Amino acid sequence: MKRFFDEELNTLRSHLSLMGEKAVEQLRTAMTALIDRDAEAAQTVRREDDILDDLEVKIDDEAIRYVGLRGPVARDLRLVVVGMKASHDLERVGDEANNIAKRALRLVDEKPIKEYVDIPRMAEMAIEMLREALHALFEGDEEKAVAVCRRDGEVDKINKQLYRELIGYIAEDPANTTVAIELMFISKSLERIADHATNIAEEVIFLLRGKDVRHTPEVSPE
Amino acid sequence: MTQNRDNPTEISPPGGQQKTPIGQQKLHVEQQPLGDRGNFNADYISFRDYSFYYGATQVLFDINLALPERQVTALIGPSGCGKSTLLRNINRMNDLIDGVRHTGDLLIDGESVYNPYLEVISLRKRIGMVFQKSNPFPKSIYENVIYGLRVAGRRRKSVLDEAVESSLRRAALWDEVKDRLHESAFSLSGGQMQRLCIARAIANNPEIILMDEPCSALDPVATGKIEDLIHELKNDYTIVIVTHNMQQAARVSDRTAFFYLGKLIEYGETERIFMNPENSQTEAYVSGRFG
Repeated sequence: MKRFFDEELNTLRSHLSLMGEKAVEQLRTAMTALIDRDAEAAQTVRREDDILDDLEVKIDDEAIRYVGLRGPVARDLRLVVVGMKASHDLERVGDEANNIAKRALRLVDEKPIKEYVDIPRMAEMAIEMLREALHALFEGDEEKAVAVCRRDGEVDKINKQLYRELIGYIAEDPANTTVAIELMFISKSLERIADHATNIAEEVIFLLRGKDVRHTPEVSPE
Repeated sequence: MTQNRDNPTEISPPGGQQKTPIGQQKLHVEQQPLGDRGNFNADYISFRDYSFYYGATQVLFDINLALPERQVTALIGPSGCGKSTLLRNINRMNDLIDGVRHTGDLLIDGESVYNPYLEVISLRKRIGMVFQKSNPFPKSIYENVIYGLRVAGRRRKSVLDEAVESSLRRAALWDEVKDRLHESAFSLSGGQMQRLCIARAIANNPEIILMDEPCSALDPVATGKIEDLIHELKNDYTIVIVTHNMQQAARVSDRTAFFYLGKLIEYGETERIFMNPENSQTEAYVSGRFG
């Protein structure tokens, strides 16, 4: 039976979807800023971070209001809880994109120490994980969510590998230190974004199954 | 007692239980927008320093309360707090009880319901009422809906047929009974009977619908249907509902008034009353820790 307040849950869902799209867009723009040395793109990311902050606050308000006034139970209750947690993850994705944009801005005039290979690859993986986690959320696809959780290790691996490589560049020539450190932080941001995508995927499994799978072998990276 | 800064029709004590007497307060009210429903009168049903007595027993104390037009106002509070008495005074149903009296005034759309020139019957025509237990007449579904119209002398079949269909549609019952309109009203389920009573009230084209715990005898699905119906009906009617179900008050009403021992403790937008009440008694009651 459809209830008159079902529309409020749809609104929450659509704000979450909007937030997901904006978070992915911010990350893509931040990567453009880094790879194309595009200062304007970096400024755009910094300027538009507020959009994600505002959406997070809006979703929190909607979720708290729904719990307070509509008394949700079962899947509706889980959706509201997951909505709040996922919006927090997406807001953090926005913060990481903002951090990348800030560092990209600093690197615009710095001499590159190597061609960007691993960082764009990590970014693509993180974006893919994020998109898959969001699809899993909106399509109710548990398999997709589990697959995202299992991919988290791949991004971690590249991050560690890149870290070692950048330390090598510093050892080779201390003049590389500034650029190498900025790239380490960017790599770390991408690794965190993948973590947030994994969090969202775990939340989706909780939404669909009613079971908390965090820290269980079921969703451990392969 | 302080007025809410954001909404002058809201009243709430300045903090905790240390509130000043409500009876001193004159409410300031003003026309307010109602989205795409135009403007509405925020002081449509107005209790002014209103007290009520059953014989020597005072059951309502200096109530000042402005209920808005075409919105749903929920009256909540523990048993014996006076909420049903307040509701039943709106159409002067309590006049039927010996020894009742009141002080102060009660106005609907600016006119006192105690105006000596006002006929109580005409007042009651403007106000539909739905009770805790559905009370269809021992007649067909069709005859139940048009009962008020027949009493008012309406006889033309086309008019009555149209009233039956439109009232049953508005009460979200038409699809379920359109093929059995001449069967006994008692053949309906409890939830359907309650919606029939709502259809009967609507058929008289009232301005106000009073509901006294309309879902307390219904299962969750029937309750859901009535709640959705209330949400629909507020586009056209001013609805006042007494309920013991906190979630129901939170779900269906725009404004909520909390009563305790015959006094209005807190009144305001439902969202605020349930999310962030100012009075500690209200908070304890809506949290299920008191009353």
